[in-house]
Amino acid sequence: MELNTHTVIFMGLALLMTVAAMLAVTTRNIMRATVYLLFVLFGTAGLYFLLHYTFLGAVQVTVYAGGIIVLFVFAALLIGKGARDFTHTSILRYIMGFTAAITGLILSVYLIFTHQFPEVKPLASVVPMNLIGNTMMGADKYNYVLPFEAVSVLLLACMVGALLIARKR
Amino acid sequence: MYDFSIITTAIDQFLRSLMPSGLAIFIECVLVALCVLVAYIMLAIVMIFMERKVCAAFQCRLGPMRVGFWGTLQVFSDVFKMIIKEIIDLKRTDNMLYNLAPYLVVLSSVLTFSCLPFAQGLEVLDFNVGLFFLMATSSFGVLGIMLAGWSSNNKFSMIGAMRSGAQMVSYELSIGLSMLTLVALSGTLQLSEIVARQSHAWFIFQGHIPAFIAFVIYLIAGNAETNRGPFDLPEAESELTAGYHTEYSGMGFGFFYVAEFMNLFIVSGIASTIFLGGWMPLHIPGLEGFNAVMDYIPGVVWFLAKTFFVIWLLMWVRWTFPRLRVDQVITLEWKYLVPIGLVNLLIMTLCVVMGWTL
Repeated sequence: MELNTHTVIFMGLALLMTVAAMLAVTTRNIMRATVYLLFVLFGTAGLYFLLHYTFLGAVQVTVYAGGIIVLFVFAALLIGKGARDFTHTSILRYIMGFTAAITGLILSVYLIFTHQFPEVKPLASVVPMNLIGNTMMGADKYNYVLPFEAVSVLLLACMVGALLIARKR
Repeated sequence: MYDFSIITTAIDQFLRSLMPSGLAIFIECVLVALCVLVAYIMLAIVMIFMERKVCAAFQCRLGPMRVGFWGTLQVFSDVFKMIIKEIIDLKRTDNMLYNLAPYLVVLSSVLTFSCLPFAQGLEVLDFNVGLFFLMATSSFGVLGIMLAGWSSNNKFSMIGAMRSGAQMVSYELSIGLSMLTLVALSGTLQLSEIVARQSHAWFIFQGHIPAFIAFVIYLIAGNAETNRGPFDLPEAESELTAGYHTEYSGMGFGFFYVAEFMNLFIVSGIASTIFLGGWMPLHIPGLEGFNAVMDYIPGVVWFLAKTFFVIWLLMWVRWTFPRLRVDQVITLEWKYLVPIGLVNLLIMTLCVVMGWTL
């Protein structure tokens, strides 16, 4: 493996993501976990930019860093202090968490050892915005208007649900 | 027209002739980052001085007069005072988040700042989704504010942070809608391309009525997004002492202060780029002689003149109107600006499709 700029930046991002992900699950404070998760998401956005997927990178920063994490922080501020620090855990939760972790570990290790890992090169040129827009809204083969509209119906359902919960009664 | 890419290309080729290209790119990145940071802090100092003088003028005062000629050295001495102040460690707070929060705010602000096209060939970050990237980087500044409010372990800070979160998340929608209106007109998201397409007329003239409505919505939402009066509830000094940065001292407070001023510059810079032509000189179709004369004024001067004009408009609003209540702020956004913005986007799309633009 040659050591060019691309590899060095990839290693830096990979290190950041791995360390931040480990810290996110080992910290006992939910606010800190949210902030470590933010760094993981920044790292992912950095990987997209490294591969010249600029639109995907910008979406990653907007939706996750600017949207989801802000929502997480809001939610963490609204819950009580007892739920905010992970101190009291029942034995049932230990067993459930342990099972989930073992399943996840087995799945990841299986995928890592069976996947071929073809070398990923950055795109020769950045995908133009017009192409993304036309593919997203086009009805031809390999176009995505149906999933696009299905997602918008899902978001509408979420909004109606939020209104129903927030309604004064 | 003056093209700065001649200079930057010359520096690039000089560095590449001396060393391998990877090292050259690294050194260029460091140089560019240094230039961006110096420009950032110098513009912040200019704006703090301008704010004091404009505020004084609206209140029939003179403002700072003692330090230097007409008080020109006042801001420098303030910065010096802030640097030598003691940084206080708070007890029973989350120190890591407390120290991280100002950096998140400044990071978001500097990243957005480096997207602005200052002149032809003077763009730092310029790629196909420029305007969208700019919105993305400005959207996580609110996170730093909320973390600052929470980690200070202070009720006033917390209330300020919650107000700020609700306000900034809401008004981002209006900013996005008015930008989208202009993107429908320009047909591109790349900032250099947006400026280049305004060479025969600025977008506010090309898009006439819908562009002007979008401009007004953008100015209102931009003012709210920077937490400045009449939308300065998050740091309402008569209710919350100083809001989310109450507990910060020294440069921790300095970062919030500088970021707030530079966010005003960024909002105005984007307004001048997408509405008023950015560095593009004033061109009137048909008057060739006039256009040629205007081209002799460098692009940087045009950009800064337009930006400071918009800043002056926003400062005028700040020192004229009283502060709104929380419910009024949220009502203004969700019941007025968003519906108007959506209808306006529809009108603009209709104009573009029917060819009713200049």
